Amino acid sequence: MSLLEAMTSNAVTAFARLITGVRPDWRDALPDRRQRIYFANHASHGDFVLIWSVLPKEIRDRTRPVAGADYWRKGRVRRFVGVNVFRAVLIDRVAETRTEDPVETMARVLDEGDSLIVFPEGTRNMTDAPLLPFKSGLYNLARMRPEVELVPTWIDNLSRVLPKGEVLPLPILCSVAFGAPIRLGEGEERKAFLERARGALLALSDRPGTVQPTATEAVHAA
Amino acid sequence: MPRETILLFGGVVAVLCLASVIGAWLKARPGGGESATVENLNARVKAWWVMVALLGVAIAVGKAAVVILYAAASFFALREFITLTDTRKGDHWALLTAFFVALPIQYYLVWIEWYGLFSIFIPVYGFLLMPAIAALRQDTDHFLTRVAAQQWALMICVYCASHVPALLTLDIPGYEGKQVLLVAFLIIVVQGSDVLQYVFGKLFGRRKVAPLLSPSKTWEGLVGGVVSATALGTALWWITPFAPWQAGLLAFAICVMGFLGGLVMSGIKRDRGVKDWGRMIAGHGGVLDRIDSIVFSAPIFFHLTRYWWVP
Repeated sequence: MSLLEAMTSNAVTAFARLITGVRPDWRDALPDRRQRIYFANHASHGDFVLIWSVLPKEIRDRTRPVAGADYWRKGRVRRFVGVNVFRAVLIDRVAETRTEDPVETMARVLDEGDSLIVFPEGTRNMTDAPLLPFKSGLYNLARMRPEVELVPTWIDNLSRVLPKGEVLPLPILCSVAFGAPIRLGEGEERKAFLERARGALLALSDRPGTVQPTATEAVHAA
Repeated sequence: MPRETILLFGGVVAVLCLASVIGAWLKARPGGGESATVENLNARVKAWWVMVALLGVAIAVGKAAVVILYAAASFFALREFITLTDTRKGDHWALLTAFFVALPIQYYLVWIEWYGLFSIFIPVYGFLLMPAIAALRQDTDHFLTRVAAQQWALMICVYCASHVPALLTLDIPGYEGKQVLLVAFLIIVVQGSDVLQYVFGKLFGRRKVAPLLSPSKTWEGLVGGVVSATALGTALWWITPFAPWQAGLLAFAICVMGFLGGLVMSGIKRDRGVKDWGRMIAGHGGVLDRIDSIVFSAPIFFHLTRYWWVP
């Protein structure tokens, strides 16, 4: 890592700490150097910065966030921060134009020995629901690399720091909670696994009163 | 540096050394290693060392450092307070104004010693303009509740807290260049009162003052703590411009306000369903848990002193 990259990395995490005072809550998983897939809720472009800030340095250096290429390739500054500083694994979200399947890209990174931060909702959650339904990506990845453990990672409050459409961050305390690791069960169906993973993540949200089923879930239940 | 400052810091460091020794002794006793109370006590003593060191450095450096220290404390306290309120997208600009405009201006006014504007800036200009900024966003859900909570947060965390460094701006004849000792007097009395109430409560506490609000506050702790902290304040008259009996009365007012501050802030924590404001200081909770009594006593101490001692 070059000096400029290291300085940018420190500046970004220091700024994140000043605004959010972010604290890790290793409630059901201890920090571990073994390879992992952290799957988290996604409400803001700062999400992986918070996860990054709370990971111990030796783990952080071997952990790469998976992010949309359309956002992080735009402009030189963004590209420098995304690609050089955070070593983001950029994936093309438009199915028609992409040359490699995103899940294969992620599996390739895992084979290089790095851990991943993924957002299985597929996009930023701009609704009032705490968590959108998961896309199939997490299941496909778990099926390709079943030996890697999946750690549910709940980021609390960051959507209040930067509500949709706002540019300046508001100082609000945030926390990142890590749940007990899960793995794909033998013969587990796609839908059942995604529901289980989503439940494990939701269980970490501290305010159970606000956890409402999403519109689609409510329809399914009815 | 005045001789009194050095003597005072020597005394504080001696008390902390004694507390550390007692903490180590309690921990070494059979069963002491597992006791949550002993562990909490030792965490508190450690945090005290850090806070005294910070304050000592700030006082040694001078007014600028004290102002910056309290501006930082205000920032962290406001962050804790706002986290516990229900913020909506419509509050974003108003709250950004509180953090990044009102807070720096308030402490700048302390720095340039413009008493007239310092004392009305938040209660008048902030009071009227903050809800106006929120209103411009046209989000009317729970509007009054949100605006009231923001006003309260700003008054407590910024306006009231800024009265601690404002003590440095008081021009008391014959006390020039020693105002920093007023800050030390306030903090020693109010925190001494907190600690002594805790100690007396643990030793003799039986009847609760406000069981629904704060189960740990007892009449025995309150009376023992306030009486002994008032005595402590009286004994510190030599660092103040006050006569011993005056120092005692002011210390009493500081203790009572500090107690009421703890009570009110407990009420807010109860309302929001939390035990502590935050987790910044090990053993103490958040910054607001530590300074809740100071923010209530500082403005009263400031104005009593200003009314009777500043010509």
